[in-house]
Formats: sequence, structure tokens, C-alpha cells
Amino acid sequence: MRAEGEAEGLQTLGIVVALCSSLKLLHYLGLIDLSDDKIEDELEMTMVCHRPEGLEQLEAQTNFTKRELQVLYRGFKNECPSGVVNEETFKQIYAQFFPHGDASMYAHYLFHAFDTTQTGSVKFEDFVTALSILLRGTVHEKLRWTFNLYDINKDGYINKEEMMDIVKAIYDMMGKYTYPVLKEDTPRQHVDVFFQKMDKNKDGIVTLDEFLESCQEDDNIMRSLQLFQNVM
Amino acid sequence: MAAGVAAWLPFARAAAIGWMPVANCPMPLAPADKSKRQDELIVLNVSGRRFQTWRTTLERYPDTLLGSTEKEFFFNEDTKEYFFDRDPEVFRCVLNFYRTGKLHYPRYECISAYDEELAFYGILPEIIGDCCYEEYKDRKRENAERLMDDNDSENNQESMPSLSFRQTMWRAFENPHTSTLALVFYYVTGFFIAVSVITNVVETVPCGTVPGSKELPCGERYSVAFFCLDTACVMIFTVEYLLRLFAAPSRYRFIRSVMSIIDVVAIMPYYIGLVMTNNEDVSGAFVTLRVFRVFRIFKFSRHSQGLRILGYTLKSCASELGFLLFSLTMAIIIFATVMFYAEKGSSASKFTSIPASFWYTIVTMTTLGYGDMVPKTIAGKIFGSICSLSGVLVIALPVPVIVSNFSRIYHQNQRADKRRAQKKARLARIRVAKTGSSNAYLHSKRNGLLTEALELMGTPEEEHMGKTTSLIESQHHHLLHCLEKTTNHEFIDEQMFEQNCMESSMQNYPSTRSPSLSSHPGLTTTCCSRRSKKTTHLPNSNLPATRLRSMQELSTIHIQGSEQPSLTTRPLPTTSNESQGIQGKQKSNATNDSRSSLNLKADDGLRPNCKTSQITTAIISIPTPPALTPEGESRPAPTSPGPNTNIPSIASNVVKVSAL
Repeated sequence: MRAEGEAEGLQTLGIVVALCSSLKLLHYLGLIDLSDDKIEDELEMTMVCHRPEGLEQLEAQTNFTKRELQVLYRGFKNECPSGVVNEETFKQIYAQFFPHGDASMYAHYLFHAFDTTQTGSVKFEDFVTALSILLRGTVHEKLRWTFNLYDINKDGYINKEEMMDIVKAIYDMMGKYTYPVLKEDTPRQHVDVFFQKMDKNKDGIVTLDEFLESCQEDDNIMRSLQLFQNVM
Repeated sequence: MAAGVAAWLPFARAAAIGWMPVANCPMPLAPADKSKRQDELIVLNVSGRRFQTWRTTLERYPDTLLGSTEKEFFFNEDTKEYFFDRDPEVFRCVLNFYRTGKLHYPRYECISAYDEELAFYGILPEIIGDCCYEEYKDRKRENAERLMDDNDSENNQESMPSLSFRQTMWRAFENPHTSTLALVFYYVTGFFIAVSVITNVVETVPCGTVPGSKELPCGERYSVAFFCLDTACVMIFTVEYLLRLFAAPSRYRFIRSVMSIIDVVAIMPYYIGLVMTNNEDVSGAFVTLRVFRVFRIFKFSRHSQGLRILGYTLKSCASELGFLLFSLTMAIIIFATVMFYAEKGSSASKFTSIPASFWYTIVTMTTLGYGDMVPKTIAGKIFGSICSLSGVLVIALPVPVIVSNFSRIYHQNQRADKRRAQKKARLARIRVAKTGSSNAYLHSKRNGLLTEALELMGTPEEEHMGKTTSLIESQHHHLLHCLEKTTNHEFIDEQMFEQNCMESSMQNYPSTRSPSLSSHPGLTTTCCSRRSKKTTHLPNSNLPATRLRSMQELSTIHIQGSEQPSLTTRPLPTTSNESQGIQGKQKSNATNDSRSSLNLKADDGLRPNCKTSQITTAIISIPTPPALTPEGESRPAPTSPGPNTNIPSIASNVVKVSAL
């Protein structure tokens, strides 16, 4: 009897030990979780609110009148109540103007051209500065801004890949249903034409001076730059 | 294009400067801003409450009352404000729609009042924002049902328009309140279902002893009476089933429905019993079949709304129930195994195998504790107590969760279905709006060409043939036009695209490309030349004849060119590429001389217009002396050296000329 009781007790002990160790093993394997985790809620203060500088300062810095700045700001604040535009919002806004195709890539490049300080968000000052150049600036300024747009990595030179990306992004905005049908190498041909025109010394990259020179030679481009004079 | 984003249109247009150096063609002219009014405040007096907003805010939606000139009817000269004798509360929502682009539906508003106000202001309810759309649709549906119920109760006495006999029967079956006969039928079947179920139950009650034998259940003692009852019930059920089958609008679907399967299963045992003899071998199986007679109780679900709802919620809660079952099974297996091994040592243990321990585990976990199996070892007792404790948790916890899930899932399911149904409709709306905006551009291009051509022709009364587009729309279209010019491609709609694809694929087959043709750098020249060829055509000029006829003023002669033969017929050395190309095309087309000359003249006439960057260059042929042509053609080819093939692979294969 005693032997049986002892055997029983040992058996009990053995089983208990086996069970506990198997639970621990499962916990280590990550199948079950025995520790008590405190899940901390991280309150991300993402509500960044930005207020622009005063109206007088902006008027002095840009070529817009007070009224025009007011209209611009009202529109800006309507779409972005927090005062800054991030890339997603920018892409959404821009995409609304081009329902046929995909405007996201071109909007991406545009955003980086607007975001001069590379902070990832465009404030009203950046917005208005860029618009001032584009709508009211001199030809030189406009061309420089465009060069900056094309120069994706901002190294001061435009190479074929960058141009290819830009042109591809523009063609993407056209969408699928075009006349004539968009072929695969149409963007590449377009880029080749562009480089032939712009790259004076045929070294495969376009510098700012080459760009300025070539554009000023081309009547069409000069005329088109004046197109949006009275947009406001 | 959302009107709220209209404020960003200047930015988008300014950003278009980024395309300029890339483009090879001159850009179209921008639309002039005819009304250079300063933005002014408008006062809207709605039943005494004054709202003020900018004029441009209201003009965002020109096809509503406030955005169009219709509001001038409400202008009060004395007070210089617009007076509306309407509800100011709803007007708040309406005005916010202009400001933010989103229309909201306030919950406290009556749905019909809201609808009336929207109709007054010319706003479609479909544009209610997603946040409020569900609520709106729900209320609207309730309202509609209420109206329908009112109508029905009115119409109940009237005779329905002649339904066929079959349809009336089906209606009677589905809704017993339609006629007295249906109601009688409903109650009769209900009664017989109850009788049948009670019979089945009473059949098995021991009914007193017949002297000389053991106690008999009533079924065997009064077997004849029970048999008659059973027969009667089955008769009724069979007749009912056959009548339903006859009246069903879709017999196949009826046969597959759950209720009809229950009906069949309920009456089958009787017939099988009739067919089978009192053979001892099969009577065992027959006995089990009689179990199915209890399914007759499910026939009550036709009579009880509550049963149906219960069944439905059980179905929708199936995942929760499944999970409960799964977790229970897991726990049972674990504990049964542990108990078996714990009790293995003890003598005369009831825990002979793990499946045998299942019974103990289930009884313990559900806190039943019959006591027929009891652990004797210490280990067994320890684990037995852990088992019963965990049983309480495992069973008790999910049950309230399931109960609350019932109501939550039930409502949620309904809402999810609604949302799914609405999502399709919503996506369709969004798609329509998108195609609408792109179609608007194509449409306006067509109209733009039309109106400007008519202007050139000097018929002033036709000038306003096209719809007047707002300034914002015209600016947006100008922007899209610039993009077209930059990429030398045009926007067309889907059908045109498919037609073009088919045409070009059909035409690519019979011809071979000459290797000397490089499609490479001819874009600068060909841009203008192609454009000049194409300026005579209206964008959707692959239109079928009916639509062409609708444009009465201009009849376009559509000359189909084939792409490749024209290229291969071109080995003529040329300095002036375009005209040769045209001539080549004309030759290959074998068009008659008058047409070809018209072609030539028309194209020549277009040459000078290339420079002026107007899209609607003369559809009228301006007779220019042929001497002009070489000069005209060499002009657009300054910067591209090398052999120019005027038609790259993307050239148009269609030359369209409009004959006056």
C-alpha cells in the first residue's frame, strides 16, 4: 500500500513537472503568451498645425498682392486645415485634376520641387513662393524652377534616367485611352528628342546653363512659359 | 473634379509649366477670364437668418439654384440681398455643401422635409457624403416602406389586378393575411402539425398493461388509431406540399429551399413505411426513419417569425459557435489525456481509454458531475479539480459574448449587407462622375471645335450652340489640352480606343515595314504636321454615321489611311516630307482627285496655323499657292537632322477632311 502511494505521489509530481515545463516551452516558442504585457498606447501628436507668416511679409517676399494671397490662402486652408500639405494629400489633390490617368508620380516630383527644404511637408510659404515664381517670375526664374523639378536627385545635372522618369510620369497622366495609342517606347523617344535639343556638348547630362540656353533658343517654349501669366 | 479643389486649379495650372520644356508643340491659348470681378460677399437671407458667403463659393456648382442665375429671381432690390422663404436649418447644410464640397444629413431632420429642400435648391441627394449616406438611405427606406404600407392597407379591399390563379395561390401561401381562405389554410396546417408532433410524443408513453404481457407504449396498444392519425396528417402535408410546388414561381428554387426539404423529410418516413413490409430486417432501419418525423416541428417556422429569426441568427453566429466548439474540444482533449494518464496507475479505473475519459471531461467541464466516473488517484483529483475550474471559465465566458454577439452581429450583418449593396452603387456613381468629368472634357473639346469653326464661318447665331461652361471648367479643360499637347497624344474614350486598336492591328498585318524607316527623331516635325493633319478632324471622328449626321454644319469626309503602305510607298527622296507623305497616302488610298486636292489644299491651309498654336485651325480650306508649301514645310523642321520620316510609328492613320 505504501509503495503504491509512493509510486502515486511520484507519478503526480512527474506529471506536474512535465506539464509546467511543456507550458514554459510553448511560451518560449511564442505559441502562447504567459507574461502580462502592458500594451502602451502611444499617443502620437500628429496634429501639426502651422500658421504662416504675416500677410505683409509674404507680400514683400512674393509677387502677389494682398488680395491674391488671401484668395490663395483660403483655398489652401480649405483643403489642408492643418496648414501643411503632406505628400499624400498633395497627390490626392493633384489627381483630381487628371481623372483619366495616374497623376501620382508627377505629383511626387512636383511635391519635391515645392518642398524646397525637404521636410516632407509643404507649408503655405513654400506653396506661395513657388507659385510666385511660376506665375509672376522672370523667365530665368521659371526655367530654373523647371530645371529643379527635372533634377530629381538635386545634384545640379539632369541625366537621361531622371528625364525618363519625369517624362514617364507625364505620360502616365494621360491614362490608357489615348489617340494615337501609347506605345512602350514613346516616352524614350520623347526623352531622346529632348536630349538632342538640350544637351549641347553631348555629354549625356544637361546642366543648368545648357538648359537655360536651349530653352531660350526655342520660341515655342518661351511662348508657352508666358501662357499662365494671368492665372490668378 | 470636386469643387472644393477648384481653389487649387491655379496651382495645377502653374505646375503645368513643368511640362513646357518637354513639349515639342506650342501650347493652346489659355481661356480668357472674361469676368474680372473682384470676389464679393453675398448676403443670403433665409427666413430672417442671414448667411454670408463669397460669390465664388456659390459659383462652384453652377447647376444648382444658388450657383446659377436662378437665384436672381430671389434678389431683393431694396435690401440688396437674396431672400429665401425656406427652412434656415436645412439651409445651413446646403450652404456647407458649397463651402466644403460635402453634403451632410442631420439626423434630427425629417427625411421628406430634407428631400424637399434639396429639390428646391437643385441638389441631388446622391452626393450626400459617405458619413451620412447610410443614415439617409435607411431613413428613406423606412419612409418608403411606411408609405407603401399605407398604400397597401388602402388597397387591401380593392381587387388586385388580375393575377393568375397560380400567383394568387403563391401569395396566399406566403402571406396568410391576404384572404380568409389563406388564413384558414394556415391555421389548419398549424393544427395538423401540432397534432402530428403530439402524436409522435404520446406514441411512446407507456399506456397501461395488457394482462399477460409487459407494459406497452400507447403506440402499439392503439396502433390503428395512431396509424389513422398519422395518415391524416401526412395526407394534409402531402397535399400542402404539392400545392406549394404547383404555385411556386420557380419550382427548381422551391425544391432546393430549406422549408421544402423539411417538408419532404417529414413525410417520407410514412411512405417508406407503407412500402416496406413488416420484414424484421428492415424494420430496424424503419424505426430509425421514424425519428425524422420529429422534423415536422420545424414546419412551425413558417408560422413563427421568431423561429426564423433564431435560425438566422444562429447561422450568422456560426463562427462564434464554431470557435466555442473548437476551444471546448481542445480543452476536452487536453484534460482527457491528462486524466487518462493520471488514472492509469489506479486499479479498476473507469478511465479505460482517452475517449472514455472524454465523457468524464465533458461532464466535469460543464459542471454536471454525474459521478459515474470519478478519479481515485491524487494526481487525478488534482487535475480533475483544475478541469472543473477551467470548465466554468471555458463555458461560462463565451456564452454571454455569444449572446451579445447575437444582437451585434445580427444588426451588423444587416448593415454590412446594406453597405455592400450601397458600395456597388457608390462605386458606380464615382465611376460615372469620373467618366463624366473626362467625358465632359472630350465633349467640350468637340463643342469647342464646333463653336470655333462656326465662328470662323461667320454665323453669329450659331455661336452659342455649345453649352456654356463655367470659367473653372474651361480652365481645367485648357490644362488637359496642354497635357495633350505635351505628350502629342489625345484623350479619347474607351470605344474609340478599342476601335483604333482593332483597326491598327488589322492594318499591321498585310504590310511590312521598310527597315530604313526609323521612327526615331521625327517628333518635332511630325508634331506639327500630324497636328495639322489632325486639326481637321474632330476628336471622336471615328463616330458611326449617325453621330456624324448630327453635326449638320460640318460634314466630315472620313478618309481611311493605311499606315504601313503609305510608309513603304515613300522611298521618294524628299525635302518636304509632309506633303509627300500625304500624297503617298492619297495614292495608296486611291481617292479621287477632287478629294486629294481638297486634302492638299486643306493641309496647306493649315500650315500657317501651325505657328499660331490654335487648335481649331481652319477647317475651311484657305487656298494657298503651292509655292508656299516647300517653305511651309521646311519651317517646322529646323532642329531634327537626319532622314526624317514624317510618320513615326504612332502616326495617325486617318486623315479627315471636312468639306464645306
